Amino acid sequence: MSERKQFKLPDVGEGLTEAEIVKWHVRVGDQVEVNQTIVEIETAKAVVELPCPFEGTVGELLVEEGTTVDVGVPIISVDVGADGSAGPAPSGGAAAAPAAEAAPAGATPVEAVPHEEVPHEEVPQADEPGVVQPEQPKRQPVLVGYGVKPGATKRRPRKQSSPPAPATPASSTPAPSPSPSPSVAQAAPAPAPAAAQAARPAPTVGGSDAASRSYPQVVDNGMPLAKPPVRKMAKDLGVDLSTITGTGPRGSITREDVQQALAAPAEAPAAASGARAGAPATTGVREERIAVRGVRKATANAMVGSAFTAPHVTEFLQVDVTRTVETVRRLRELPEFADVKVSPLLLVAKALLTAVARYPMVNSAWVDAPANGAGNGAGNGTGGGAEIVVKHYVNLGIAAATERGLIVPNVKDAHTLTLPELAWALAELTAKVRAGKATPADLTGGTISITNVGVFGVDTGTPILTPGESAILCIGQIRDMPWVHEGELAVRKVTTLALSFDHRVIDGELGSKVLRDVGAMLEDPIHLIAWS
Amino acid sequence: MTIDSVRGAPGTGELADSELVQLLTPEGERVDHPDYPLDITAEQVRGLYRDLVTVRRIDLEAVALTRQGELGIWASLLGQEAAQIGSGRALTDTDMVFPTYREHAVAYCRNVPPLNLLGLFRGVNHGGWDPKDHGFHLYTIVIGSQTLHATGYAMGIQRDGVLGSDKAGATIAYFGDGATSQGDVNESFVFASVFNAPIVFFCQNNQWAISEPLEKQSRIPLYKRAQGFGFPGVRVDGNDVFACLAVTQKSLAHARDGQGPTLIEAYTYRMGAHTTTDDPTRYRLKAEEESWKAKDPIERVKKYLVKEGEADEAFFADVEAEAKRMATELRKACLALPDPQPLAIFEHVYADPHPMISEEQEQFAAYLASFEDEGTAR
Repeated sequence: MSERKQFKLPDVGEGLTEAEIVKWHVRVGDQVEVNQTIVEIETAKAVVELPCPFEGTVGELLVEEGTTVDVGVPIISVDVGADGSAGPAPSGGAAAAPAAEAAPAGATPVEAVPHEEVPHEEVPQADEPGVVQPEQPKRQPVLVGYGVKPGATKRRPRKQSSPPAPATPASSTPAPSPSPSPSVAQAAPAPAPAAAQAARPAPTVGGSDAASRSYPQVVDNGMPLAKPPVRKMAKDLGVDLSTITGTGPRGSITREDVQQALAAPAEAPAAASGARAGAPATTGVREERIAVRGVRKATANAMVGSAFTAPHVTEFLQVDVTRTVETVRRLRELPEFADVKVSPLLLVAKALLTAVARYPMVNSAWVDAPANGAGNGAGNGTGGGAEIVVKHYVNLGIAAATERGLIVPNVKDAHTLTLPELAWALAELTAKVRAGKATPADLTGGTISITNVGVFGVDTGTPILTPGESAILCIGQIRDMPWVHEGELAVRKVTTLALSFDHRVIDGELGSKVLRDVGAMLEDPIHLIAWS
Repeated sequence: MTIDSVRGAPGTGELADSELVQLLTPEGERVDHPDYPLDITAEQVRGLYRDLVTVRRIDLEAVALTRQGELGIWASLLGQEAAQIGSGRALTDTDMVFPTYREHAVAYCRNVPPLNLLGLFRGVNHGGWDPKDHGFHLYTIVIGSQTLHATGYAMGIQRDGVLGSDKAGATIAYFGDGATSQGDVNESFVFASVFNAPIVFFCQNNQWAISEPLEKQSRIPLYKRAQGFGFPGVRVDGNDVFACLAVTQKSLAHARDGQGPTLIEAYTYRMGAHTTTDDPTRYRLKAEEESWKAKDPIERVKKYLVKEGEADEAFFADVEAEAKRMATELRKACLALPDPQPLAIFEHVYADPHPMISEEQEQFAAYLASFEDEGTAR
């Protein structure tokens, strides 16, 4: 007889709450061994491979690739043979095992499904005498692996009578006289604001935790519960704490509560407690706060660093690219390009590379003197010891929007590539980026960049330089426009080019020449042939 | 800004071979060094090989357990086995070790059960071994502070008046390349030097302080820093278990004789992540890792044993099987570790009972007893 065990998504990185299932390495029916890699997941910190904790046969993959799931959600089930080769004998798990087996395969994963490998999870609460809360989820293990889920925790009920002398629950100060028991406190007369709070219906925002709590909402001094930083924040924002319903532990007021009160100022002062009660429930989320991390943070730092270090100039040029579009169509028919994608971007890239060859200065970097060994990059220096490093190679950056955010991988030594090679290099880079496999090497060492905002259906933009580079070419969408062609008004394929450059390195004359030449090469690819 | 403009300080690259003490090449060739002769029997070499394989296997199991949600975090020693086993096997019973949180192989040499280490990273104990019993202090998480503890302990040994005698001991402080930038480490260098304390500073230079490369830490090879503090420094091939053994043995003997401290820089490489929460692909290149793979500390001992005809396939298979068996048992025992008792936190705050702690303990016990079910003693 075999037993089906589930492996829950662990927290593999100190406090992560979710991860994306990137790739399964096993299929249903596969034999797996303990520690065999079964899946790749991507967390906010890293892509990691998870080893299987069981030996047996894969019963089911519970989460599809590309799906993001919370820590603690079962992701795979494994049928473990009767020899029980995986893990310790399921002592306490005996009671829980049938329940897991009885659960229909593929049922929505729920917290209650025990992870039988972990002894401390196996304690079935229902076996405890006196526990009469069948809906209460199993105790959340908090030591390793699965953090406490917000809203999923429940306070254990306290004994009704007040415990003898020194224990003073709910109060950190060792008061000499026993404080009233919680149930009494709510009914007992208290200072005015306290009474108002107690009379209020239990807040719904905090979920079960808040609802089941039996602590008095305010302490004896009549002040609402809030941590000092929250008090200061409320004071700074001019929010009266006594008008807020706390949703934190013991009804304390949290930062979010203060922000929410600030976002809905009309309701707050409207009336006394009665009117307030309904307010939080009907108000939708008006603001959302997203922590800045990962690629977003890196992008922000790079953009701020670039924008406030290099004085940017952006120039624009509208170009009739009908002939480029035609050239692209004809290239696609050539055997050299049979298996690779050819797009106008290819010719734009080639045009830029050709322009770089004609004007090497555009492919350069401003490098401040490494004064004081500070090593924090370009700094803001404009003088002593700074150098312009002209690169006689081109690592061509292509800005790419990915699920993880903006990244600018580059094609190494793009200047040495033939047109078919360049097409392949661009295709490979794109595929790599789409698969999330861009390496640090792909992302560093760029010398000049292209950003294609045309794919988003806009005409142009004023791109910010990739840090360490002096120019970036932006191409907009190609669309049919009325255009004077050979003296006649005609409908032509037109796009807008924009070139941003670092004015410390590149003057208007040079920038204009580069942009004009790129435009000329796209207007008539004969120039591309002539100049390359 | 280019990467080049802020990296690449002069003189921190690979050293000329003459500066690096090496007794066993990556190809398994035994070489001699005039200052560090090493007499070692075939049996001892096989023992070292067994140690190396075992600690790597234990480490692997711990990483896997972390990935399975059974440990909170783990700092892998992958690649640093020789530095730890070589120095760990150089110790005698009278010596005292002050480790970081990565010295799993040194702990192994000091007979600290690996399960204790796993319990620490599972969050169910605070180490759980008596440092005095093992001559191995508890893991220190704070970077570099153990070097001060080790220096103080060494000065204590000095004041016992045992140096130069049979009872003489020394301390060895482990730390990484990143720690050399810490004030604590530099302060301990100063104290150890001016008091001529019996201590060996064992720096495992694994090239990366999390994501910070060595060239951003120092403009001179780390072992040369000792000279500025007034004691000898030596750079040893940290992937060469023979060299680590010989150099540590000599430095410890030197310290026990009352001749003062030594800085050993074991030049090695962290093959894995800094900890299981780190992703090294974000800051270092695969090519670098590959180049170090060729210098693997275990492979070279195996090549040596084969070349010398000192071990056969049966021996290697037996070592593998034994390591696997240990790992399987370790996994089982780890999963069976009980949760700590809530009141255990009060137990080892003071050596003797303390009225304030006792009072808090009573209050907490009463608090736990105030719940309707699952009271204090689970």
